[in-house]
Amino acid sequence: MRLRHNILLLMCAVALLAGCRHDDVIFIPEEVSVTQPQYAELYGFYLLNEGTMNYNNSSLDYYDFSTGIYSRNIYASANPDVPMELGDVGNDIAIYGSRLYAVINCSNKVEVMDARTTRRIGQVDIPNCRYIKFHKGFAYVTSYAGEVIIDPNYEQTGYVAKVDTATLQVVARCEVGFQPDGIEISEGKIFVANSGGYMVPNYENTISVIDLETFREEERIPIAKNLHRLIQDKRGILWISARGDYYTEQSDIYAYDIRKHRLVKRMDCRVSNWCACDDKLYVIGTEFDMMTMRNTISWNVIDMNKMEILSEKIINDGTEEEIIMPYGIKVNSLTKDIYVLDARDYRNPGRLYCFDSYGMLKWKIRTGIIPAHIVFWGNNSNNLTNLNN
Amino acid sequence: MRVTRLLFLLLSSVLTVLCAGAQDSVSHVASRLDSMQYLSNVTVYATRPYAEVIPAQTLSGRQLERLNSHSVADAVRYFAGVQLKDYGGVGGIKTVDMRSMGSNHMGVFYDGIQLGNAQNGQIDLGKFSLDNIEEIALYNGQKSEIFQPARDFGSAGSIYLRTRRPSFADGKRHNLNVTFRTGSFGLANPSLRWEWKAGERVSVALNAEYTYATGRYRFRYHKVFSDGTLAWDTTAVRQNGDLNSLRLEATVFGHNDRGLWNAKAYFYDSERGIPGAIINNVWKASQRQWDRNFFAQGRYQTRVTRRYELMVNAKYARDYMRYLNPDTTLMYLDNKFWQDEAYLSAANKVNLADNWDVNLSVDYKWNYLNSTLKNFSYPTRHTLLTALATAYTIGGLKAQASLLYTLVNDRYSSRYNGDVLARHSKSLNKWTPAVFLSYRPMAAHDLNIRAFYKKIFRMPTFNDLYYTDIGNASLNPEYAHQWNVGLQYQRMSDTDFVSALRLTADAYYNRVTDKIIAIPKGNGQYRWMMMNIGTVKIRGIDLTARIAMRLTRELSLNGTLNYTYQRAQDYTDPTDTGDGGTYRGQIAYIPWRSGSAVAHLGWRDLDVNYSFIYVGERYHDSANTREQYEQPWYTHDLSASYRLRLGKTSLRVTCEVNNVFNQQYDVIHNYPMPGRNYKLILKYDI
Repeated sequence: MRLRHNILLLMCAVALLAGCRHDDVIFIPEEVSVTQPQYAELYGFYLLNEGTMNYNNSSLDYYDFSTGIYSRNIYASANPDVPMELGDVGNDIAIYGSRLYAVINCSNKVEVMDARTTRRIGQVDIPNCRYIKFHKGFAYVTSYAGEVIIDPNYEQTGYVAKVDTATLQVVARCEVGFQPDGIEISEGKIFVANSGGYMVPNYENTISVIDLETFREEERIPIAKNLHRLIQDKRGILWISARGDYYTEQSDIYAYDIRKHRLVKRMDCRVSNWCACDDKLYVIGTEFDMMTMRNTISWNVIDMNKMEILSEKIINDGTEEEIIMPYGIKVNSLTKDIYVLDARDYRNPGRLYCFDSYGMLKWKIRTGIIPAHIVFWGNNSNNLTNLNN
Repeated sequence: MRVTRLLFLLLSSVLTVLCAGAQDSVSHVASRLDSMQYLSNVTVYATRPYAEVIPAQTLSGRQLERLNSHSVADAVRYFAGVQLKDYGGVGGIKTVDMRSMGSNHMGVFYDGIQLGNAQNGQIDLGKFSLDNIEEIALYNGQKSEIFQPARDFGSAGSIYLRTRRPSFADGKRHNLNVTFRTGSFGLANPSLRWEWKAGERVSVALNAEYTYATGRYRFRYHKVFSDGTLAWDTTAVRQNGDLNSLRLEATVFGHNDRGLWNAKAYFYDSERGIPGAIINNVWKASQRQWDRNFFAQGRYQTRVTRRYELMVNAKYARDYMRYLNPDTTLMYLDNKFWQDEAYLSAANKVNLADNWDVNLSVDYKWNYLNSTLKNFSYPTRHTLLTALATAYTIGGLKAQASLLYTLVNDRYSSRYNGDVLARHSKSLNKWTPAVFLSYRPMAAHDLNIRAFYKKIFRMPTFNDLYYTDIGNASLNPEYAHQWNVGLQYQRMSDTDFVSALRLTADAYYNRVTDKIIAIPKGNGQYRWMMMNIGTVKIRGIDLTARIAMRLTRELSLNGTLNYTYQRAQDYTDPTDTGDGGTYRGQIAYIPWRSGSAVAHLGWRDLDVNYSFIYVGERYHDSANTREQYEQPWYTHDLSASYRLRLGKTSLRVTCEVNNVFNQQYDVIHNYPMPGRNYKLILKYDI
């Protein structure tokens, strides 16, 4: 009898230990005061965390200049009725007019939100969408997904989707090269960087030029293997980043003169991400070396007028030692503050570092998984367009 | 606090049992619980080899059948200290992690010879149906028996799967069994088993099984506001989880005056959908996978002289796998892989004295991986394993020590665009020891105190090292160090109300260093991104209780209880301590608390079984932030089975209801598991 008693007791003990399930609760933003409030023409900025593929944990953070408060994971509480939240792998973010656009790559959609409240307005379904740019009421989105054709020799070209921002409908498509990434609009043309990332080792090496009026591809300009990002400057130079092939060809930056139709400079500068601010290109390069099996991190500032490297340092207080995987960079042209995003191990929360114009650390904060893209938000839309370029 | 309370409770119950037991006469009659095991052991061994120092956790015979399990993976969830990574459904990948050391440290043995997967080191236990399995045994450290191949010393933990051995009733020369299973997920699963007594000393068993399932089931995700009102709620049907598989197995068993032998051929062919993660705006995946596995293996064991025994094992295996991503909105992939393995082993045991044995085993293994991947490096691996082991018994003390020498040579090439850039050859050799002790302080009581230490490593797999663009050829082996102390008490009686009782308690400390972590990459479950992330320390307690009771002459009640508490912490980066830091965080998918309970009621030809599995809260990564939190889950399964005797034949009808309370849960984030589901099994024996 005593034995039975004990077994009962044991069973009860196990039952007691067993924590029970409870319903998952919508995430309330975590608000952290990171610095003193400061006066700024801008309200703040949004940070899009890419998240880990298949984890559906792309998330949105917001930093408010006027309060100095950083709010983590704000999408769910702003949109508690949206199933499965923001989505899987956020790849680009932009503000156009009063709307915030987030390109969610593996969820095959562009999420459209109100830029002030981040309340969802709708979505545009574009499979395998990558980057977004705007022009006169239309959004242009690059997509890796080509036409679905049943053909054994089918080769998967990408396209640019033209989206009417009033109706959120795709109104036209223009086929470009393989796996198009960066997009830039300048002087009546759309420039698209074709990567060919799925074609390993036969990477693409061209820029597609699309006429804005006809929305037809006009030409392809060979530049280098595996192109990634594009930035135009006001002198008509298109800055192009190429990833290289990860084996023999390293990543690099190229300058293409749109007016003269020719490549004018190869920078010999490693690049994984960059941003432009006041004729300067702030460049971070994370290069994987097949020989040492290690990442080599480089920091460069390029003078876009002189087309030369101005400095091989961005951070000046030694903080770069604790940055494991610099993944994104953004410079505020009003304050000259530099934001560096550290994706660390890609699986656990990243960090956002804020440096002043001298490269001295002002503050840092934990972000979501793979912090990657920043967009400024304020009331002056002209200013915003320049800031967010 | 809660752990100490439980420990106290368990210890007090153990003590009470001990005191109660002291008054009973101890007899070693095999209980009904263990009778199957006992019988089969007798048929196998002419002379029982040196008993294991630390016995296995086992599931066998009818007990195994009753667990509402379709595959070996479902069944191993009932062992203490084991975590199953389950991607859900009939076709989803299911791998096992023992004591949080990672699934690559686990060796799986099929009829005594290890199943290899040099490509990714993962054995998908979901592919092994229970149809032909008679016993599953789980060993921490290693099977603490010295007369075994060197490879058996080479894992941090082992699962031994033993297929059914033919046994014939008097005068019978043939046994035929026809089984049909059907139920949820569009399951149609016929199987056939034929046994033939070919001679006095030779018998043959043939087994064929076909499985078809649509793999469709409903699942629900939802979230609430902090006040409990519903925020969003969505229900959908799991797609692309279908499975179509065929398994054929033939085995010949034989023995002579001096020993025994067996030979086996195994063939498995399958096509399955890979259901994929459920993410925003994507509810359906279209990736497919084909597998074809073949192996032939044999064992010969003989007593050469009175003091010398020899065991020879040999195996050849060829595995084919094709992965297709036909979704043209994603990266189109159609990759094929072919793996070959050849294996030869000789174990030599010398009996130096009545209580002292020494064994020397030498194994050679060859692996080759071929693939249609571009820039692939076509790796070949030669492995030479030598194990020297000894076992010594004095009084109540059993001691065993082994030393394993591993020599590995990898040859591969660097290629780019079809050109061979370089050819490489890399070698490595390691010595790794293990010590096992057990002590029985009182001859009158079956109480054993036990302890073991083992150091072992796992080689980085071919994928870890050489997978195009992902592999890292400079990876180091990953080490596991294990320390374990525990005790076991058992009592058997054919007169008592409690006919069998076994209690075990073990505390362990494991340290995994140079750990290679695999995280899912891309859209194929078999594609991973490799990282040598460092160090994990695991402190845990495993408790098990097993009891058999005879309520009346015809009514019996059996029960098992398992409980595991683990702290498996990430010690990789001591500087990563601040907000969102990973240092000392609980590692991915390891619950602090987990356990299972099984109760079985038997009355004449009727069996009723209840089983319960509990996995406590976890995080899907080491920072343990709220976004990485995973809910506990627990399922209740019920089954009833009745045997109809029809002359000399018999028909067993079993009905199962699994996940009775229709819990909607994930084992792996965004891979929904089935809710309530049903199964009907008809088993006809001629």
